[in-house]
Amino acid sequence: MKLIFEKSNAGRGCELLPECDVPVTSVDDKFRRNKELHLPEVSETELSRHYTELMKRTFGVNDGFYPLGSCTMKYNPKVNDDIAKLSGFAEIHPLQPVGSAQGCLEVMKLAEEYLSEVTGMDAMDFQPAAGAHGEFTGLKLIAAYHKERKDTKRTKIIVPDSAHGTNPASAAMAGFSVINVASTKEGYVDPEELKKVVGDDTAGFMLTNPNTVGMFDENILEITKIIHDAGGLNYYDGANLNAIMGLVRPGDMGFDVVHLNLHKTFSTPHGGGGPGSGPVGCKELLIKYLPSSRIILKDGKYEYAEKSPESIGRVKAFYGNFLIVVRALTYILTLGGEGLKNASENAVLNANYMMSKLQESFEIPFSGHCMHEFVISLEQLKQEKGVSALDFAKTLLDYGMHPPTMYFPLIVHEALMVEPTETETKENLELAIEVYKKVLEQAKSDPELLHQSPVKTVIGRPDEVMAARNPILRYQFNVNGE
Amino acid sequence: MGTYVPNTKKEQQEMLKEIGVSDLRELFRAIPEEVFLERPLNIPAGLPEMAVQQKMSGIAGKNKVFHSIFRGAGAYRHYIPSIVKQITSKEEFVTAYTPYQAEISQGILQSIFEYQTMICELTGLDVSNASVYDGASAAAEAVIMCKERKRTKALVAESVHPETLETIQTYCSGTDIEVVLVPAKEGRTDIDELRRMIDNETACVLLQQPNYYGILEDASLIGDIVHEKDAKFILSCNPISLGVLKTPAEYGADIAVGEGQPFGIPLSFGGPYLGFMAATEKLMRRLPGRIVGETKDSRGERAFVLTLQAREQHIRREKASSNICSNQALCAMTAAVYLDAMGAKGLRQAAESSMSKAHYLAEKLTKLKGFHLVYSGEFFHEFVTTCNGNVDNVLAALEKRGILGGYPLSGKDEGHLLWCVTEMNTKEEMDTLVGILEEVTKA
Amino acid sequence: MKKEYLYTKSHEWVLFLDEKTARIGISDYAQGELGDLVFINLPEAGDEVVAGEEFADVESVKAVSNIYSPVTGTVRAINEELLDHPEFVNSDATEAWFIEVEDIKDQVELLTEEQYKAQL
Repeated sequence: MKLIFEKSNAGRGCELLPECDVPVTSVDDKFRRNKELHLPEVSETELSRHYTELMKRTFGVNDGFYPLGSCTMKYNPKVNDDIAKLSGFAEIHPLQPVGSAQGCLEVMKLAEEYLSEVTGMDAMDFQPAAGAHGEFTGLKLIAAYHKERKDTKRTKIIVPDSAHGTNPASAAMAGFSVINVASTKEGYVDPEELKKVVGDDTAGFMLTNPNTVGMFDENILEITKIIHDAGGLNYYDGANLNAIMGLVRPGDMGFDVVHLNLHKTFSTPHGGGGPGSGPVGCKELLIKYLPSSRIILKDGKYEYAEKSPESIGRVKAFYGNFLIVVRALTYILTLGGEGLKNASENAVLNANYMMSKLQESFEIPFSGHCMHEFVISLEQLKQEKGVSALDFAKTLLDYGMHPPTMYFPLIVHEALMVEPTETETKENLELAIEVYKKVLEQAKSDPELLHQSPVKTVIGRPDEVMAARNPILRYQFNVNGE
Repeated sequence: MGTYVPNTKKEQQEMLKEIGVSDLRELFRAIPEEVFLERPLNIPAGLPEMAVQQKMSGIAGKNKVFHSIFRGAGAYRHYIPSIVKQITSKEEFVTAYTPYQAEISQGILQSIFEYQTMICELTGLDVSNASVYDGASAAAEAVIMCKERKRTKALVAESVHPETLETIQTYCSGTDIEVVLVPAKEGRTDIDELRRMIDNETACVLLQQPNYYGILEDASLIGDIVHEKDAKFILSCNPISLGVLKTPAEYGADIAVGEGQPFGIPLSFGGPYLGFMAATEKLMRRLPGRIVGETKDSRGERAFVLTLQAREQHIRREKASSNICSNQALCAMTAAVYLDAMGAKGLRQAAESSMSKAHYLAEKLTKLKGFHLVYSGEFFHEFVTTCNGNVDNVLAALEKRGILGGYPLSGKDEGHLLWCVTEMNTKEEMDTLVGILEEVTKA
Repeated sequence: MKKEYLYTKSHEWVLFLDEKTARIGISDYAQGELGDLVFINLPEAGDEVVAGEEFADVESVKAVSNIYSPVTGTVRAINEELLDHPEFVNSDATEAWFIEVEDIKDQVELLTEEQYKAQL
């Protein structure tokens, strides 16, 4: 389809603003823009149709099954979006006097209270805008903690080799060096390996539990104790919290700091890549280092406490992605404590149901019950038939389904990670199971077919090598500016 | 209790049976007994949708929606065309994940490609990423981009937004980048000080245009000084102003960043907003975050994909240029639709009206006793004045009349007000504001 | 001195131009394993490289791999052509050198072509 620039026609446009009702100030030549500005010139009708066309070339959770492992693509309730659009939230200036923004402070205070309860933490800070941003923030808290104790040799963060890529990247960004620790072949942290790498230079340890292969690490208490005994702190990556709400809390498992992904567990939409929200929770010992001022209730009014002098400082302007917090709070109020637990239970139930039905046909590299997601390995299929996880995933597109996450975690070859979430019906799961089995049969009988897929999508497989070797990152207007 | 779990208890039982367990608890056997939560979460019972609507509307009602706003300081109320709100509410755009599966994500990918093109057009630079969290974190990421082995000093103008400065300091605090402030003199960067401070270890100089006080800095001269030392020049700019003001490229900037919120994003109590980032081609591979590129598909047709991914955390892990994963994609789309709707003409009109009205208000205000401009020189749509009498009392009086007055500055600017005017403020509104101020400060 | 390609176990080749100078690249086997290269990060002339430590990395669409220096010395020149044409490594890995190193002081254990191929 055409780009909006290719639909542009000089002289067209939308009439949106009234004439200026005061004398026009001219800009000094020194500051005046000389470079011509090319923006589309389109009527509102064309603009509307352009985006409808783009919409039809986009697959959302509303379109169908979206079992993207580690991303928790659950249904995004519409009431959340409605609430976020209320003028009482959307039209509030971040620098309004506190007395005129009591509702905003109440939202953050309530969300802090509830999320602290879910995670077993003592405080929650909403400034981080996404999961990785939360990781960076949480790690800075750990750095500040050791620094204040003058324990300056603690420069290392230990990360399992199965971790999300953001973990080591965040640790490096926060100024730590990264120690990777090998997982056992069952995908768990190996306490013996961990003991070998901890020491008086250990600042902390980052872990998701359930881990990135979808299994709950039974040794969790031993693991967090090894780190604490060595003088380090434990960081909980909340990417997989959707498996355990109301069942077990990071704070009770020995974690000192967590981040949550409100855009995963708490049903706020992903927006095609963002905005998310990555609040950081922590135990009492780290509260004074948090980036934002604490909200306190005094004489029936919310206000900000004075900023702690030990704070790590801001990671972003203002108070984070506030309207995402509004959505998450709406979700929590809808479900309540029991509902959150019920959501986790059903997320785990759905995943186990799919896994058990797929087990007879597919290689599932890890045994035992999974949590909210599970991993399939197509290594054997790749070896025998030359059909890769990529081929398999691309074929699923032709069945109108979003494929699972491919090639993650890195410790499983030809991995497909399936996270159905709790908001799918039994029938949807059964349909997916049927399709997966059918595609597997096709892979065995006619592998070439899978190499050619997808055929029903608006484009075929894109040439990613060409894109990366000769980057074309913008549309070029011709000299006449058309 | 509200729920989004569709399966009935009966279906859940059937599924458990199929799995081969007797109850749900059995699926959680791996959780150690001593930490398994036997008690219910201490969170109120869930509510049906109507009750939730009522409760949340009640909370929203405790906020005051000002219908007349003369405050900016990093968050600006501009007109948002209706089509922007409609398009960006489409469920497909709202609920899709990051476009990893290009074949079913061409809509999102193309919209980002169009966004990147428009950011390049606005800034005059070669390449743009697909967005970062906000203007402050964009500035911090830009500083980190400039670090080189022998250049580890970042000079940041004191006249940038204080929250931008603080964010840069936090981002750099664990690295070997030393952040040094270039002092301001009379509301703008002290050029002599800059000349004195810049050296061969300077990686970059970051300037905000217009600066925190609304004043236009001598960015061309500063750009020349920076390049004489072969350092990188980062310009943080107000995107609306680019409709009429010089592009960062015209000032010689290597990187342009800024807060994209004025492009169709509501005030939202500070977020979600939009950090935009553009750079010269030379710096392309140092840009953090996602970037969309054009290519061809297996059928030979134009297609769009996420590209240059080897810069990113999911591949490069601890060596990645940044840890960013989720960005502000829907906000970037919002900005793109806003620019499509406004066009160059509309954007120029918004910029010109904001600037003209700000000058109108400045002139009217400074005719009042006790209100004068604190800093002289060209300004865009913000300016700082003194205040006749107690700032809090004056602002409270305005608030009573539904007006959000200028932002009370702190520190060495204590007692001064930072005013902002956009195309949304009518002449009548401004006259009313001045009338009230006259009345309040007379006593 | 006989000019021959020697190899490391980590799949780099080294071609000594004289006793103290050498060209370095990656083996044909390595380029095949890596797939289509899309970018190559090279050091700068004047940089020090250390035997057994990484001095460059190569990017394919979905992976980054470190390249380790077979020798210790100073980078005399880099093959600038590769910055724009990483595909040259895929088309002829022995021709597409990465860097030239001078003042060579040390080296890792090197294999002859025969030995290298035998251990693949």
